[in-house]
Parts: sequence; structure tokens; C-alpha cells
Amino acid sequence: MAQITLVDTTLRDGSHAVRHQFNEQNVADLASGLDRAGIPVIEITHGDGLGGSSLQYGRSLLSDEEMISIGVDTVQDSKVAVLLLPGIGTHVELERALDLGAKVVRVATHCTEADISAQHIEMTKSRGALAVGFLMMAHMLEPDDLAKQAQLMASYGADVVYVTDSAGALLPDMVGARVRALRSALDDAVEIGFHGHNNLGLAVGNSLVAVESGATWIDGAMAGFGAGAGNTATEVVAAALDKAGHEVVGVDIFELMRVAEEKARPLLPSSTTISRSALMLGYAGVYSSFLLHAYRASERFGVDPAEILLELGQRKMVGGQEDMIVDVAIELSQGRADQGATNSR
Amino acid sequence: MKDYRVAIVGSGNIGTDLMYKIERTPELSLAAMVGIDPQSDGLARARSKGYRVLDTGVEGLEPFLDDFDLVMEATSAGAHLKNSVLYRQWGKTAIDLTPAAIGPYVVPVVNLDQLVDEDNVNMITCGGQATIPIVAAISRVTTVNYAEIVATISSRSAGPGTRANIDEFTHTTAQGIEKVGGALKGKAIIVLNPAKPYLIMRDTVYVEVEEVKETEILESLKEMEADVRSYVPGYRLKTDPVFEGNKVTVFLEVEGSGDYLPPFAGNLDIMTAAATRVAQVYAAKR
Repeated sequence: MAQITLVDTTLRDGSHAVRHQFNEQNVADLASGLDRAGIPVIEITHGDGLGGSSLQYGRSLLSDEEMISIGVDTVQDSKVAVLLLPGIGTHVELERALDLGAKVVRVATHCTEADISAQHIEMTKSRGALAVGFLMMAHMLEPDDLAKQAQLMASYGADVVYVTDSAGALLPDMVGARVRALRSALDDAVEIGFHGHNNLGLAVGNSLVAVESGATWIDGAMAGFGAGAGNTATEVVAAALDKAGHEVVGVDIFELMRVAEEKARPLLPSSTTISRSALMLGYAGVYSSFLLHAYRASERFGVDPAEILLELGQRKMVGGQEDMIVDVAIELSQGRADQGATNSR
Repeated sequence: MKDYRVAIVGSGNIGTDLMYKIERTPELSLAAMVGIDPQSDGLARARSKGYRVLDTGVEGLEPFLDDFDLVMEATSAGAHLKNSVLYRQWGKTAIDLTPAAIGPYVVPVVNLDQLVDEDNVNMITCGGQATIPIVAAISRVTTVNYAEIVATISSRSAGPGTRANIDEFTHTTAQGIEKVGGALKGKAIIVLNPAKPYLIMRDTVYVEVEEVKETEILESLKEMEADVRSYVPGYRLKTDPVFEGNKVTVFLEVEGSGDYLPPFAGNLDIMTAAATRVAQVYAAKR
């Protein structure tokens, strides 16, 4: 049975659910709860990573530096992780995060673009931090090709490489095939991770399959926090892994359930369900963070949000292209107007 | 009347595309194409067109100093830092298409007329050439407190230089938005998309303005679009700008002329076309 490193990203990917508006108290409460429950790695950054606070992705209430500082000051044993998407954040923000006490850096690229991560993975290693490569939208690449991209990240020094199901679009056998491909392509010293979203209701099951296929790092966010229909729920996947006989290293499962229920759940704006639009993310293979942006564009331009997301999936948009949501909404609203004009003729 | 002679240094995507642009420009002629890899596609193309090809790096230009007036550098920031010293010794003007930025930033439609006497100017980035005109078009109407740009390019059109140091893109573009675009604060984001068929370059510009002078802003944007189209015919506002409170969002599409890479690579085209426009103006001054 495997030894699992459980990573909680409520304070990073989870922040999409509150439009990046966590306040000082929220960060301190959640970080201390996670620390108490023995979660070894807590990711704390804007939902789109360092430097993500922007008009494109939404401005955060607290700066990355403020959030990281609170996290580092709060935790006793947990390590604070940060996320960096090359193209959004730069080495400047990364150096600052490391100065503030981040111990794990996750460098995320679209699954075909691993070679833009070299600079930041190398910098992370040179500063003595743990480097994690994050291959996003992993459903868009076949297992063998994904493994080649993982090899690139490992060659820059990544200690862990993730199969990142950003769209919550992978089915269990697809997760297994990808994790196995990475496992056989990488040196034993490099660990494999899996990051899931629950848009098809498969996040916990997919995580179990990932572990059975060789993954040893698993991501979650508490109580349904997260982009789209929420990340894999940390407390649920911890319990399921435990029941399956795996060791979730350092984690007090009962305390984690309590923290998720008492600290995280009350902060959720609405109960997490797989709404029609969230389901569309998983079905059409769309970046989960697009969901709330699609709702906003839908209100403004009077277009069905699920229709916007379906169109974005057909256009093969990747993570970070939030501007295309408004672009597509405008086009759909005009298309309908044109059609209306034609019909009235 | 081809009397202004250009040496291109660097035979990658940008250098090779420049060759086609110079060929089409009446005032300019290509004196030499310089690379370091004799097998490179760029040098092979230049050779087959009968141009002088040097695969020895920039030192190879030394015997031919009387044969060219201007260097266009399409190598890397590191290489240009070294090479620029030689150009200065040789008394040659340099147009720098790397992120080295030794000389001032130039966007032809915004500030070229103030820079005609410089011996080294920098072309910023492809995203900068596409978006800074938009920021400048708005900042000439009202104070721009903040401008943020998102450039999405096809993975196919991002060469190894761009990939190895993507931070240079974000940093340099943000600087250009402030220094040339006139925004008080600038931010830049770049996204690579591997989709096939390859995506045409897309840029989105978000601007927060002091005063929402909608009519004047729209007019200024239309004028600017026309000005940029004089050297990049495939440059266009994709939809009408969106006004929301004090925020203006402008959606752009940049289709290239399809010289070296096909038309989707508008990022390549706007860089080389802008640099060629600078060379043209320098030629006229001479």
C-alpha cells in the first residue's frame, strides 16, 4: 500500500469559488486548521498563481505576499506551497515567495508546453525548495506524449510531476493510463501526482485510480472549494485513501473532517453541486476556472453560460485564456442577433 | 531605389521573416544574413535566394563593413548585449528585436518620430507591438491609470528563445506599456495555445481610465487601428471595445502576411513589420 503526500489547495485553487476574496482571518483559520490536521503541504496563492491578481483573472483581496506571510506565520509543521504559471508570474514574484518562506513551488504549464517551465524549476531548485511540475489540461494529450513532457520537467529538476485534470474531464481509465505512462518514463526518484476536479463527479475515484497506478501526491481542496464543481475534496479523498489501506502521511483524518466542516464549509458561497455549467466543463474539456467568468459574461451579454463553455471547448482554449470567454459571449450574442434579423426578414 | 543596406543577424523565425520583409521594401536591400548554424533553414533560404550568407556569427561581418548601413538583430538578449558593442565600434545603427533593450523602446506609430537619431532602438516584444498602440490611443485621450494585456499566440510560433526566457516577455512588455503606452502601471500576460489548426494571434487589452470619454476613445482607437494597418494589414479590432465602469476592454486579432510562417503567426509578423518600418524611416532620413 502506498504512502501518500496529501496537498491541500483550498487557499489557492479553492479561492476561485470566492473570486479570490479570502481575507486575513480566512487564511489564518484555514491554514491553522490544515496544519492541525497534519496536512504536509498547503498551497497558498492567487487562484491563477503568483501574479494572478489581474483584470483577466480577477483581483484578489489580499496580495500573494500577504497571503503567503500569514500562512507561513500560522503553520507549525505544514510546508507552504505556491503556484506559478510561467507567462503570468515571473521569477521576481517567485524569489519573493521563497524569501517569505514558501518551501514548495509548483510550476504549471499547459500539458504540451513543459519547456517554458525550465527557468522557474531551476530557480526553485537553486534556492533549495521542492519543485513540482504541473502539466495542466492533461486530458488534451495522449499518455505517451504527456510522459515526454513530464520527462522535460524532470530534466529541469522537478521532484514531482503532476497529471493535472484542470477540466475535470478525465475518466478513471484515462487517469490510470496517464499516471502509468509517467511512472514508467520517469526515474524512481521522481514522484507522480494527480490533481482532480469534480465536474464529472469522478474526482475522488480518479484519485484512487491514480494512486493504484503509481501516484503518491494527491491534491484536494476542502468541502467542495475549488474551480468548477470543486477540486477533489481533501477530507473525502483522505478518508477514501485511508479506507483503501493507503497511508495518508501525517494526516489526522478525523481532525481534517472537522476542519473541513467547521472552518471551510461555512465560507463557501453556495453548496457545491455539479451545476449544468460545471458539468459542461467536464464534458467539453474546459478549464475549470472559466466557470464563474462564464456566469458573469452570460449575465452581461444574455447568453447561456453552458453554451459559452461548450464553444470554448470546441475552440480548444487552454488555461489562462479567460479573455476569450467575453469574446465568445459577444460573438454568440451577435450571432443570435444576426439570426434574429434573418428570421424577421 | 534600394540604397539602404541591411545586415540581418540571427537566422531563426524572426531573422528569416525579416528577409522577406526587406525584400519587399523598395528603400531597403539585404547585404548579408548572419547565423551560427550552417544547417539552419533561414540561412539555407537566404543562400538559395543568392544573398551573402555568413555562418560564422557576427564577427564574420567585419570584412564587409562598407557593404551595409544597418544591423537588424534577431538573436537573443545575451547575444545582443555583446554584439551591440561591435556595432557601436563599427558605427552602425542597430534595430534590436531581442529583449536586451539597450536602446529606447520603439513602437513605430507611437514614438518613432522622436527616435530617428538613436543608434540603437529596441522593438520590445510581439505582444508589445500589438497592444501598446491601443494603450497609447487611449492615453492620448485620458489618463490611463492601469493597462493590462494578454497575448495569446500559437505554440508553433513561439521559438526556443521565447520559451527559454518567458519572463523577459512579461517584464519587457509591461515596461513598454508604461514607457511608450503611457499607462501609469502596466502588466502583461502571455499564453501559448497548441490548438490545430493553429490559432491566429489574439490580444486583449484592459485599460482603466481616469475619464470615460467613450466617443473620443473609440475615435482614437479607430485611427490607431488604421495607422498600424499601414504596416500590418492583418491587424484589426476583433469586436467593438467593451466599456464597463472605468474599464475599457479591446479585443485584437493579428493576422500575419504569411511570409516565413503562415498567417496565424501574427506575432512574428508584427515584430518584423514594425522593425522594417523603423528601417524604412531611417533610410529616408539618410
